[in-house]
Amino acid sequence: MCLAIPGKIIELFPESHRTALVDVSGVRRRVDLGLLEEDKPVAGDWVLIHVGFALSKISEEDALDQMRILRLLGEDKAAMEEVKGYGLGEEPEGGKQKSETGRKRTT
Amino acid sequence: MRFVDEFRDPEVIGRTAEEIRRLADPGRHYRIMEVCGGHTHAIYRFGLKDVLPPNLELVHGPGCPVCVLPMGRIDDGLSMAENPEVIFAAFGDMMRVPGTKGSPLEYKARGMDVRIVYSPADALKLAENNPDRQVMFFAIGFETTAPSTALTLMRAKALGLRNFSVFCNHVTIIPAIRAILDSPDTRIDAFIGPGHVSTIIGCRPYEWIAKDEGKPIVISGFEPLDLLQSIVMLLHQLKQGEAKVENQYKRVVPWEGNRSALGAMAEVFALRPYFEWRGLGFISQSALRLRETFAQWDAEQRFSVPGVRVTDPKAAQCGEVLKGVLKPAQCKLFGGECTPEHPVGALMVSSEGSCAAHYNYEHRKNGVASGLG
Amino acid sequence: MGSGKVRFNDPQIEMAHGAGGKASRRLIEGLLVPILFDGCSEPLGDAAHLQLDGIQLAITTDSFVVKPLSFPGGSIGELAVNGTVNDLAVSGARAEALAVTYVLEAGLPTAVLEAEAQAMARAAKRAGVGIVAGDTKVVEHGKADQMYVTTCGIGRLIAGVAVAPRSVRPGDKIILSGPIGEHGITILLARGELDLEAELWSDTRSVLPLVEALAQAAGPGIRWMRDPTRGGVATSLNELARDCGLGVHLDEESIPVRDTVRGACELLGLDPLHIANEGQFLAVVAPEFAEAGLEALRRTPGGHEARTLGEMREQPAATVIVNTRYGGSRVVDMLVGDPLPRIC
Repeated sequence: MCLAIPGKIIELFPESHRTALVDVSGVRRRVDLGLLEEDKPVAGDWVLIHVGFALSKISEEDALDQMRILRLLGEDKAAMEEVKGYGLGEEPEGGKQKSETGRKRTT
Repeated sequence: MRFVDEFRDPEVIGRTAEEIRRLADPGRHYRIMEVCGGHTHAIYRFGLKDVLPPNLELVHGPGCPVCVLPMGRIDDGLSMAENPEVIFAAFGDMMRVPGTKGSPLEYKARGMDVRIVYSPADALKLAENNPDRQVMFFAIGFETTAPSTALTLMRAKALGLRNFSVFCNHVTIIPAIRAILDSPDTRIDAFIGPGHVSTIIGCRPYEWIAKDEGKPIVISGFEPLDLLQSIVMLLHQLKQGEAKVENQYKRVVPWEGNRSALGAMAEVFALRPYFEWRGLGFISQSALRLRETFAQWDAEQRFSVPGVRVTDPKAAQCGEVLKGVLKPAQCKLFGGECTPEHPVGALMVSSEGSCAAHYNYEHRKNGVASGLG
Repeated sequence: MGSGKVRFNDPQIEMAHGAGGKASRRLIEGLLVPILFDGCSEPLGDAAHLQLDGIQLAITTDSFVVKPLSFPGGSIGELAVNGTVNDLAVSGARAEALAVTYVLEAGLPTAVLEAEAQAMARAAKRAGVGIVAGDTKVVEHGKADQMYVTTCGIGRLIAGVAVAPRSVRPGDKIILSGPIGEHGITILLARGELDLEAELWSDTRSVLPLVEALAQAAGPGIRWMRDPTRGGVATSLNELARDCGLGVHLDEESIPVRDTVRGACELLGLDPLHIANEGQFLAVVAPEFAEAGLEALRRTPGGHEARTLGEMREQPAATVIVNTRYGGSRVVDMLVGDPLPRIC
């Protein structure tokens, strides 16, 4: 289940505070932001789109983090220890993890 | 494509696959179940099985909402389409799923008004633009999709729209995983958890899998690097003898889930006491129905439906394949009586069902020509 | 080799039978060919080649049913002309003349018909082919989606080109003239049901100039050609695989797809390989001629995005495989019917 694709918010529609124009690689569609009431995105934010609704904001920081960790794989043992130190997937404690309310930072 | 291409980097994929081969204990046979049909599809689409070591087996789980919908429910939905007033609106995934008297596309070819929509919001718009018709939206999907249906119903209510209704077939993922683990023949070492369902329900609902069942579970994204990284994380846990819930898909999945979405679902939906899952049987508290406050928009109340239960032929071994006891090709009907073109059982009706995925993407790799099916 | 005995057992005709995929092949090969094509044992090509008093001719026909009639980049009229010119071209023939039939729905605005006729005239001129005969019928309102157009074309064989699936060998290269999926996605978006917008237009055009350029540079090496229309590159290559019994190997990274087509496909869960094209063609070329052929295409106007997609191999027999750079692979099959957007 669950085909969901990252898209960039191009424009918010003031008359309908719950929709935005989202761009996926040059393809554009109106997307309903009603599921992101607690963390309203702004133009320039990236969101995950499923059936015309935004399910979540995409954290660029977490994405970069993940790529950084992946690129370190297969390197020497010292690097592996560093990887373990990032605390992959441990419960939220602050720092790079999500806050309790699920707030994400995006650029 | 941003947030997509990076996670398909061939060089990094190669190195991550190497890491998996390094981590996998050659004396051990791993059985890892990916619950979500979207993951099944991704695994086949990206040819990921080819880069995994032979002692690491991926078992495809029941997370395909189209596959697990009993044929009787499809018949119920299509019976509404027979009403000339009705516009039957559904996702593309439903269009070729056969009911007893044909699929939605076949009903369309016979002259009934059947429309593909990308969003429940589009179905609502159809109702607004066609005030003299009854738009019936055939809702399917797990918790990923249910909140969107919920918001759409809230909007229909706010608009006071009288010509829109929803035939609700939303199901929930946790009871399905429980059914798999409760089955005596299941042998799964670890789980790849559904990424997009988890954007809604968060990671907590899976904690019992680790704590009570002692199985590691990693919530995974859908790109090749997401899946491979999740497998690395699972192998680490298995190596250390650990069992915990980890979130690999952090860029999108909040640990606590999406409160707005959960709130919308709670306002609109209630749990059915039980629901039949094709291939798995009746599971309690596993599906959603509209609350009384939304009865006006409940298609099952607006239209009378046959409500006839249709069982699959005994020869179809979907249940065993769903639980990972059998591989698709081991079912006696696979590739012969049961193909994507004329599916007999649940797992062949949708392109992300494990049998359909195996048939479409894999089984001819050995050069056995299937002819014209 | 070949498909073996195909049987058509369906009690009635369904939409899938017209979609160009597996169901279509079953209808054509299981029912129509045995009845209509007396004693035919050859694999079906895009056009038939005949000898009349020593002159080699090619003849083909195609009907066009498209909704909406008009879309970014073209309309049914252009499709009707280019489609038939292209069928002749990939069979190794230069279109000389077309005959046209219109089946019109009562109530069709004259302006629409006129616009389509103009479009056809323009397309024919651009393609260097004359429209020499025609017929018109009008049916009741509701019996023809505004208009159906059929074109029949005849042409002369291009010297030095002989295409036949049985001449394909392991090691032969697979060449594609340009990016895929533009036409099918344009139509999907133009229908308006999905509420998507993109800067995208149909790729409809005559591929004859490109085929001629390829023929000039690589004529003796051209084994097979096809225009991947309905059902996309996947269908055409599966037909090839089945007709010659070899394996078709494509490099995923070599498949040219525009960003917008890719975005739409990702969003809708579609595979660009299954999407219709109206201005591209595939060619299988012997390895010693492939490079020269590709170069010639790239130097020809409209061919600058031509690519080598992959090559033919012995195994897996009669199967099309896409290979990724990291060692993964997947089988690409023909679809049963039209590709449908999915959300799961």
